[in-house]
Amino acid sequence: MLNNIFQWKIFLQDTGGGETYFHWLMTAWKWTLLVSGLGWIVAVFFGITIGIMRTLPNRFLKTIGNLWTDLFKNVPLLVQIFIWYHVIPTLFLSLRNVSSLTLVVFGLGFFTSSRISELVKAGIESLPKGQQQAGTALGLTPFQTYRYIIIPQTLRIIFPPLTSEAMSIIKNSSVAFAVSVSELTMFALQAGEETAKNIEMFFAVTVLYFISAYAVNHIAKFVENRMRIPGTQGSQR
Amino acid sequence: MNLDFTFFNSQVVTDFILKGLIFSIQLTLVAMIGGGFIGTILALMRISSKKWLSIPATIYIDTFRSIPLVMVILWFYLLIPLIIKHPVGVELSAFITYTIFQAAFYAEIMRAGITSVSRGQANAGYALGFTYSQCMRYIILPQAFRNMIPVLMTQTVVLFQDTSLVYAIGAYDLLKGFEIAGKNYNRPVETYLVAAIVYFVICFSLSKGARVVQKKLQIIR
Repeated sequence: MLNNIFQWKIFLQDTGGGETYFHWLMTAWKWTLLVSGLGWIVAVFFGITIGIMRTLPNRFLKTIGNLWTDLFKNVPLLVQIFIWYHVIPTLFLSLRNVSSLTLVVFGLGFFTSSRISELVKAGIESLPKGQQQAGTALGLTPFQTYRYIIIPQTLRIIFPPLTSEAMSIIKNSSVAFAVSVSELTMFALQAGEETAKNIEMFFAVTVLYFISAYAVNHIAKFVENRMRIPGTQGSQR
Repeated sequence: MNLDFTFFNSQVVTDFILKGLIFSIQLTLVAMIGGGFIGTILALMRISSKKWLSIPATIYIDTFRSIPLVMVILWFYLLIPLIIKHPVGVELSAFITYTIFQAAFYAEIMRAGITSVSRGQANAGYALGFTYSQCMRYIILPQAFRNMIPVLMTQTVVLFQDTSLVYAIGAYDLLKGFEIAGKNYNRPVETYLVAAIVYFVICFSLSKGARVVQKKLQIIR
């Protein structure tokens, strides 16, 4: 019955460009994963840096970190993407030839970095003060204390919420359709319009979003088990 | 390029921006109240020991939490007319979508709130002869709601930001207002910047408000 209402054969049909809709769907999936993956690298790098800055005694770095977080957290992602796409290249002419993929990656990355910085800050603050003092007592410099004592513990503590951020970035990458990056949502809109088989196209795209988020979740669980701090809750498993 | 904000007078605000702002606020309020109401019911269903209540609620919550909002907006805009066999406008479609979508998120917050109320509270209720629903209504839910007010406010900030995603179906929200004004005066760069500032001011004040409320509640407890 399902075969009569929904025509899944549409995915084997040619788009007119020498490939099937299935091929196009896979390309779109690749773009979604690319945008999310690169955005994630940007987000983790800036998120950790800014998060650390917000816990430092230095007033200047702290203020910069707080401003960064407030700024990128309180403007909707779509507006940020538009700023990256329409405003930045106009104001800074040297950025005119930067691809929309790069702009979206930074838009998505900076947006997510503000949320990661909150996690990192909360994670560092959750550590007992004694950890930092022990580092100082051993003669470590502040940099060494962060590098060898604070950061390794913080990253393990914030791993579970970091996983849900990683799943969020895949969902949020859908906003890239607004600046014509040919990812899954863009595919759903375009292929749906071309074939008038909206339900089939939307369904396929939704399933791929599910699979992506599920895969991230499982990889994260695996990594999390591998790097648990010995002697803490659940490390026996 | 030189930025020129001189075109941005009260005329522009009343002609383009206000209509969008009102819609964004309406959408936020409707989704907050409707979503909060359905979300509370979903949370109660999810923690229920009856499987026929908890399983559908879990599926509902997990499904909406794992699909991008943009896709949900597109799905509903496609499906609502097919189901009710009557065309719907983008505005009505947005109201329905956001209410149903947000319910999944409020449900998880309310569930955390309900489980945060100590077991002794419910036991005290039963000892006084309250039924399950009376216990929930008069003892658990008021406390759960109160504990979760800061988180609910934070979620509402996220919701207000997310209203900009009605862009996908072309509803006239705050962002759209700025976009059209930008096209009319051929000043898209300036209008996007002002849009970002307006969103920032609204969301920043709401976030700060949530933090103040959180501090106040902490003192009382």
